[in-house]
Amino acid sequence: MDNVKNTSHRRFHNFLDTLYYLLSLFRDNFVMEAIEDILQKRILILDGAMGTMLQRYKFTEEDFRGERFKDWKQPLIGNNDLLSLTQPEALAEVHRKYFEAGADIVETNTFSGTTVGMADYGMEELVYELNYESARIAKKVADEFTAKEPEKPRFVAGSIGPTNKTASMSPDVNDPGYRAISFDELRIAYKEQVEALLDGGSDILLVETIFDTLNAKAALFAIEEVKEERDIQVPVMVSGTITDASGRTLSGQTAEAFLISISHLPILTVGFNCALGANQLVPHLEVLSAKTAFGVSAHPNAGLPNAFGEYDETPEQMAGQIREYLEKNLVNIVGGCCGTTPEHIRAIAEIAKEFKPRKLAVTV
Amino acid sequence: MTQENPRYLKLSGLEPLVITPQSNFVNVGERTNVAGSKKFLRLIKERKFEEALDVARHQVEGGAQIIDINMDDGLIDGKEAMVSFLNLIGSEPDIARVPIMIDSSKWEIIEAGLQVVQGKCVVNSISLKEGEAEFIRQATLIKRYGAAVIVMAFDEVGQADTYARRIEIAQRSYDILVDQVKFAPEDIIFDLNIFPVATGMEEHRKNAIDFIEGTRWVRKNLPHCSVSGGVSNVSFSFRGNNPVREAMHSVFLYHAIEAGMNMGIVNPALLEVYDDIPKDLLEHVEDVILDRRDDATERLLEFAETVVGKAKESKVDLSWREEPLQHRITRALVKGIDQFIIEDIEEARQQAARPLEVIEGNLMTGMNVVGDLFGSGKMFLPQVVKSARVMKKAVAYLTPFIEESKDAAASAAGRILMATVKGDVHDIGKNIVSVVLACNNYEIIDLGVMVPPEIIIQKAREEQVDIIGLSGLITPSLDEMVFLAKEMERQQFTVPLLIGGATTSKAHTAVKIDPVYSQSVVHVNDASRAVTVVGDLLQKDTSEGYKKSIKLDYESFRDRFLNRTKQKEYLSIEDARKNKLQLEWNPDDITKPKQLGIQVWEDFPLDKLVDFVDWSPFFRSWDLHGKYPDILSDEVVGIQAKELFGDAQKMLRQILDKKQLRAKAIFGLFPANQINEDDILVGTDDKKTSVVFRTLRQQLKKREGVPNIALADFIAPKDSGIQDYMGCFCVTTGFGTQELAEKYEQELDDYGSIMVKALADRLAEAFAEYLHKEIRTKYWGYEVSEALSNDELINEKYRGIRPAPGYPACPDHLEKITIWKLLGIKEKIGVELTDGLAMWPAASVSGYYFGHPKAKYFGLGKIKEDQVADFAERKGIATAEAQKWLAPNIVDAT
Repeated sequence: MDNVKNTSHRRFHNFLDTLYYLLSLFRDNFVMEAIEDILQKRILILDGAMGTMLQRYKFTEEDFRGERFKDWKQPLIGNNDLLSLTQPEALAEVHRKYFEAGADIVETNTFSGTTVGMADYGMEELVYELNYESARIAKKVADEFTAKEPEKPRFVAGSIGPTNKTASMSPDVNDPGYRAISFDELRIAYKEQVEALLDGGSDILLVETIFDTLNAKAALFAIEEVKEERDIQVPVMVSGTITDASGRTLSGQTAEAFLISISHLPILTVGFNCALGANQLVPHLEVLSAKTAFGVSAHPNAGLPNAFGEYDETPEQMAGQIREYLEKNLVNIVGGCCGTTPEHIRAIAEIAKEFKPRKLAVTV
Repeated sequence: MTQENPRYLKLSGLEPLVITPQSNFVNVGERTNVAGSKKFLRLIKERKFEEALDVARHQVEGGAQIIDINMDDGLIDGKEAMVSFLNLIGSEPDIARVPIMIDSSKWEIIEAGLQVVQGKCVVNSISLKEGEAEFIRQATLIKRYGAAVIVMAFDEVGQADTYARRIEIAQRSYDILVDQVKFAPEDIIFDLNIFPVATGMEEHRKNAIDFIEGTRWVRKNLPHCSVSGGVSNVSFSFRGNNPVREAMHSVFLYHAIEAGMNMGIVNPALLEVYDDIPKDLLEHVEDVILDRRDDATERLLEFAETVVGKAKESKVDLSWREEPLQHRITRALVKGIDQFIIEDIEEARQQAARPLEVIEGNLMTGMNVVGDLFGSGKMFLPQVVKSARVMKKAVAYLTPFIEESKDAAASAAGRILMATVKGDVHDIGKNIVSVVLACNNYEIIDLGVMVPPEIIIQKAREEQVDIIGLSGLITPSLDEMVFLAKEMERQQFTVPLLIGGATTSKAHTAVKIDPVYSQSVVHVNDASRAVTVVGDLLQKDTSEGYKKSIKLDYESFRDRFLNRTKQKEYLSIEDARKNKLQLEWNPDDITKPKQLGIQVWEDFPLDKLVDFVDWSPFFRSWDLHGKYPDILSDEVVGIQAKELFGDAQKMLRQILDKKQLRAKAIFGLFPANQINEDDILVGTDDKKTSVVFRTLRQQLKKREGVPNIALADFIAPKDSGIQDYMGCFCVTTGFGTQELAEKYEQELDDYGSIMVKALADRLAEAFAEYLHKEIRTKYWGYEVSEALSNDELINEKYRGIRPAPGYPACPDHLEKITIWKLLGIKEKIGVELTDGLAMWPAASVSGYYFGHPKAKYFGLGKIKEDQVADFAERKGIATAEAQKWLAPNIVDAT
């Protein structure tokens, strides 16, 4: 619990933050209604890959470090989450490009922003700040766009990644009962991330790229705790990852078993992202669409990686495949994951305009 | 139009379990309960978790749709045992596929269990026993963990033992859960307490009927919830008289299910079929259960004396042996059972006018069924190979009779020549295709491995074959195939040519082979497709059309492929070198090997390699696709994969016990420096003891900032003044493979023969992985503290690489000659290089070691003629020679 206490005092470290926090409480209640409303009217567009866009800047070790971390003891290149502190302009620019391309929602640059993920860089202490700043940067850009086009409000989804450890699988084949991380360790780590993402201005929380459902359940547990402690409602998107042609998550669940395992809380959408291209996701989205009363989201990769690990599906090719989702009425929110760019999102957004969103089911 | 989403109880393990009004009664497995099973209690106490897992597995295989796990015993640390056991179940896909019921009277054990299971569980149980506050607290957490819950009919006053108390507590619990906790009503399961009847005590008379009527009330008045219970309690007073107990369970269930009980704990071994209960017994039992007579208990007790206990025995089901002869033969072939085939074939032979008829009639009828099942995806490759084993045994038995009767040879559907080309020794895939084609009534002429082109041509003429099939795994084999196709064209062959094997591709076939042979050329890389392709090629009426369409298909594929490759831009070798990978040569990144020089391991113990085996490729070699261990529980191929894996484990054990394969290794670590940009000087400056490795550099134009890599880039240049190091190795587990495979072939057991080779290949790869680990942590010693699991090893999460000549980073096989020379491999461990530079025995792996932290695997991709000429000059060989070996990697001039 120490981690949680450490961060709560930081939360109120100055008056502005406190004010912002109070404002966010109003906004959260407002957004829940607004976004659910919009979800019935049109298909919402999520942004594309952050990593792919950041690669274009070719940041060096020095760029990652910036002035503040120039003497950090570990190499920092590749710590994309850190760019929220050292290259905030680049982040804002990427968000801006996605909004310009037609995205309704952008994700914060916080995929690895837990104490679990940041341990690789010895940056556990920075987790609150990384998430807070990342959400704040995205929110600022979103507000600019909403001010310009009030009829198309823009949202920020706080990205909550899977971490690099699995709670229901052993990393050691010789010791199948061993676990590298416990539910409680994950819950505490996620809770800190969730609090910071909300304080920074996230409108939505997106638990994504779930390869181990137990990790996701710990994240959802943490979100419920925060909701209860703050007495707020937050729209939550849950997005799993089908890892290969076997049609299962890395932890072995079928699409329907995954859906059942995360349906115990009131979520905005359930969906799939990453690992597969748009085409390969169709059968799994069909399962979700047929079996859930929640909204359905999808943000696939730009195809499968080629021999060099690069994604080379063009915006037109990808959008053509997304058309199948829309024709089959499978999704409410659609966007892109690895290898997708603002051009992909633009093409997808253009096509999505032609279609009505999937009808949300009524539980009887 | 709105969709409706009905409220059903939905649970999940790795797979979903949705309980609808149409679902049959859901049976919860109870054997993994220390309170209910003495055996399970003993296993947990003695910490024999492996055997305890077998208990769980047995239940799932026996049809349990949920498994109840309970560790409540005074002598066990229940929380620790629950967590350990659930974690182990999580690693067993065949158990974890069903949902878990976490059963304990202690909340801390339940919560610990909820924290380690990814699927949606059932908590068994909570109740109002400790008051509303605790009930609400636990229910809130259960909801947050995402589980369903069993609510016992128990409150502050005590356990509900009447109809009125049952519905009172149920109503109250339901209201609190649904209204206050906002618990989903479909996730609530009531356990309304099943108590014994016929105990002799007046107050127990209504125990069963009150439960049944309570159930009816709950299902009617508390929407969406379920009712469960432990059935065996009801017959408690008849312990020792199983026939009566079985009848009581059936009768109780019959009525409780009708009233709405939809799940429960029932021991299937203690259950009679309701309709099979003798009339008189049924009447007595129903009198008791439904409390129909005042003297019901006495009457049943009296009657029970007359019912003699009968033990239920289980045995192998051999009822199929009673079926007609053709059914038995077909079944033996489909199931791959060779136990009775000889006697069945003898019976068939006696009935037949000529022995040949048995093959053409009985056996082919059966094999047609196998072919249909395989073609429609209902049978998998390992099963078909087992069918072939039975077929071969049958044919072998008939052959002397056929020869005796001087009967004409069986008319096969066609005659197919199969060969692995010159210089190549790999034949697993070829053998599988041969077996499958033979099963489809084609005569196979298998010329084996390393077959020179002239022999293929000669045999094809002599035997007047209808199709030639060529196989190869290493890249030089691709050129052998092109050569053979040219030769067939020159000698005016007309038979179709099939191309298969790991390095072959439709692209290579279309671009390089199809244009040089004017007849049909088809790339076939899996056994089931081979059957259709061969069938289409040999179908008399329609083959001409098929052949034309194949030609057109390959032509358009070729055009598209060439158009695509033309768009790529390549750098000259000089420019590529300018854009080489520039590492900062930091002395800290370079470790001097702890032991320089060459070492040989003779007869390494194979047992040590088992844990290093990567099983996924093993399944791929049998056309079963998926990742191990998930493949074992795959919906489509899981059962087959499990069976194959079981057979593989058995054979592996035998190989280890009888030491049927021998493992040898040789490796050396040497001083090394990069010279002339792309070369590596290994050893000292002394020409006699040193060698030079020539590496190849990527020439595809890269994005800005991405280098054109060659392996030499990972070694410090001579002029940096830093002494760097590298290594080479060769491991084999192939000695003995040939003998063992031949033994199986003589026994007409292709399945065994293929299995031996596939296992030897896996062991060789495992040996390479093992040795690399030893190199990193001991002999070179740059990674002393490495602790990686097998999965991490397979995913290559360690520092340093071991690229093998002939693979993407260094596709040039010629450098193997240099490695052989440097280490003295042939002399010291006996592994040889063939003409095609394949290793013999086939189950061998060789390669280089690079230890720099930045060293990584990469693909060379295509290179240009300028590098080929430069390479030839550096190596001192003719350009034509270099072109021959590098052909698959050279950018096409066309």
